[in-house]
Amino acid sequence: MTTAVDVAGQVDLRKRSFLQRYPMVRRLLRHKAFVVGAGLFLVISLVAIFADLIAPSDPSRMAVRFRFRPPSAEHWFGTDNLGRSQLSRIVYGARLSLGIGLAVVIMNAVFGVALGAASGYFKRLDNILMRVTDALMAFPPVLLALGIAAALGPSSLTAAIALAAVYIPRTARIVRASVLVVREMEFVQAAMAMGAGNFRILRKHVLPNCLAPLIVQLTFVFAFAVVTEATLSFLGLGSPPPTPTWGNMIAEGRQYIRDAAWITLIPGIALALTVLSLNLLGDGLRDVLDPRLKIAQD
Amino acid sequence: MGRYIVARLIQSIPVLILVSVMSFGIMKLVPGDPAILIGGPTATPAELDVIRANLGLDRPFHIQMWKFYVGLVQGDLGNSLLLGKPVLEATIERVPVSLSIALYSMVLTLGFGIACGVVAALNRNGWVDQGAMIFALLGVSIPNFWLGLMFIILFSVHLGWLPTGGYVPWQESIGGWFATATMPAVSLALLQIGLLARITRSTMLEVLRQDYIRTARAKGLPEFVVIGKHAFKNVMIPVITVIGIIFSVLLSGSLVIESVFSVPGVGSLLGSAVLRRDYPMIQGGLLLVAWSLLMLNILVDVLYAYFDPRVRYDHGR
Repeated sequence: MTTAVDVAGQVDLRKRSFLQRYPMVRRLLRHKAFVVGAGLFLVISLVAIFADLIAPSDPSRMAVRFRFRPPSAEHWFGTDNLGRSQLSRIVYGARLSLGIGLAVVIMNAVFGVALGAASGYFKRLDNILMRVTDALMAFPPVLLALGIAAALGPSSLTAAIALAAVYIPRTARIVRASVLVVREMEFVQAAMAMGAGNFRILRKHVLPNCLAPLIVQLTFVFAFAVVTEATLSFLGLGSPPPTPTWGNMIAEGRQYIRDAAWITLIPGIALALTVLSLNLLGDGLRDVLDPRLKIAQD
Repeated sequence: MGRYIVARLIQSIPVLILVSVMSFGIMKLVPGDPAILIGGPTATPAELDVIRANLGLDRPFHIQMWKFYVGLVQGDLGNSLLLGKPVLEATIERVPVSLSIALYSMVLTLGFGIACGVVAALNRNGWVDQGAMIFALLGVSIPNFWLGLMFIILFSVHLGWLPTGGYVPWQESIGGWFATATMPAVSLALLQIGLLARITRSTMLEVLRQDYIRTARAKGLPEFVVIGKHAFKNVMIPVITVIGIIFSVLLSGSLVIESVFSVPGVGSLLGSAVLRRDYPMIQGGLLLVAWSLLMLNILVDVLYAYFDPRVRYDHGR
């Protein structure tokens, strides 16, 4: 009889659906803002990944005959001053924007976590590292990014490095704050008492418990990185012109704002939608993963 | 209070020094020879030597750094390559322009942000509340330079109400100043209003739950006294801390907004310095902006300690 119960219990466990096993996912799917943000972001990511298939023509192919065509059935997003297809340029711009955003997020995850963990865990390093982050955070973000981009010369790589330098101190701060809390918890103290090495404690016990605020922060870093990259290219310090970036497109369209406003309008909408999707995603993740923040807000 | 201010100033010294090191160091990030970048491909070796000598690039690193700090102590940040005048002078000349727009924008942000926040908290889930939430979300999502361009399309090109750009000092003509400063100030402020409204709203809701509010109501005080006197003062405490952040964001934003509206302020000065590789200007500009922001933050902290004495005591411990 006992075996039957056991078997029944096991069967029961296996029958639980994916959503029952991961209540976090279920709560995320119930969060309206998250679902909208995630859906929108998924669509934009797919556009970026399959840019070659979606774009009707080469983004740098000029067709003087078709200059300044307003949006129509033939040219969905119109054409620009050189007769290039705006749709193609938007689609390839998405690839660049998201690519740089992702690079900045990865650099933030690596260096932000390393610095934040070192600072929160090793008290001797804390004072020095935090003064350095204070100093870096004293510069307005766009200004610091501009300064670095100006020194290194305009390119996509430069933009990514400059943006990472701007946001790593902010990520490090957030990781440090949670490491400070977690390192005082009993299970960490127990691991220390058992003689576990510092690196092992950080990797196995401390950092996994700091993931929630980190994930939320990285989503917002992604959003900031996309906006600031566009700002850099708008000012002429991102990837240099024939490369289609949303910032470049807005800057080029600016001269024709009187007669061909769509050249400026459409890339801006693409940009705002991307950032909006990331912000919605971040808000949802914050509400679900880090409910304390939600309470503090309401 | 005096002790608190002194302690706060002493604390800021290492950060001020680090900021100066970073501003100096940024020019050292330039790959290769900055003289070639400044002189361009057509510069002769003799011209390059002149550029190097002017910037002190022909000297060893430690001498360059020493000269930078000696100059800094004397208030000399070097000469702008483009304008041919001292960096400090060029920056200070343009401060009133940027400051007047930043303050205009700040007034709009504080006025509308706090008002919307209070109304949103009092009518929770009402239309102002929902509106403030959507506004805050759009505020962090719409790039301000693009918003500025959209304003130009709407208000200058289509409606013809305001000029597309430029700047008229308020000393010359108040009307002209309003006409030129309004679009830049609004495009900077609009995005901050929603955020400030959210913060004010959540603080207001927090405060309204407190016992002293219940006591005030129990005493039979009219609702506007409860809100206006008892609640509002306490709502202002966290709002003051955000002012520093908002100002920093406004300043950062003005960099781009000034170039969108061709406003001759500090932002557009630094913007053109960055594009034309005017290194002394970039270096000095970064330093001056960061230092002023640090000072502003100290001022905000001091104000905070003044309004909320608990901060001072915590600090002393």
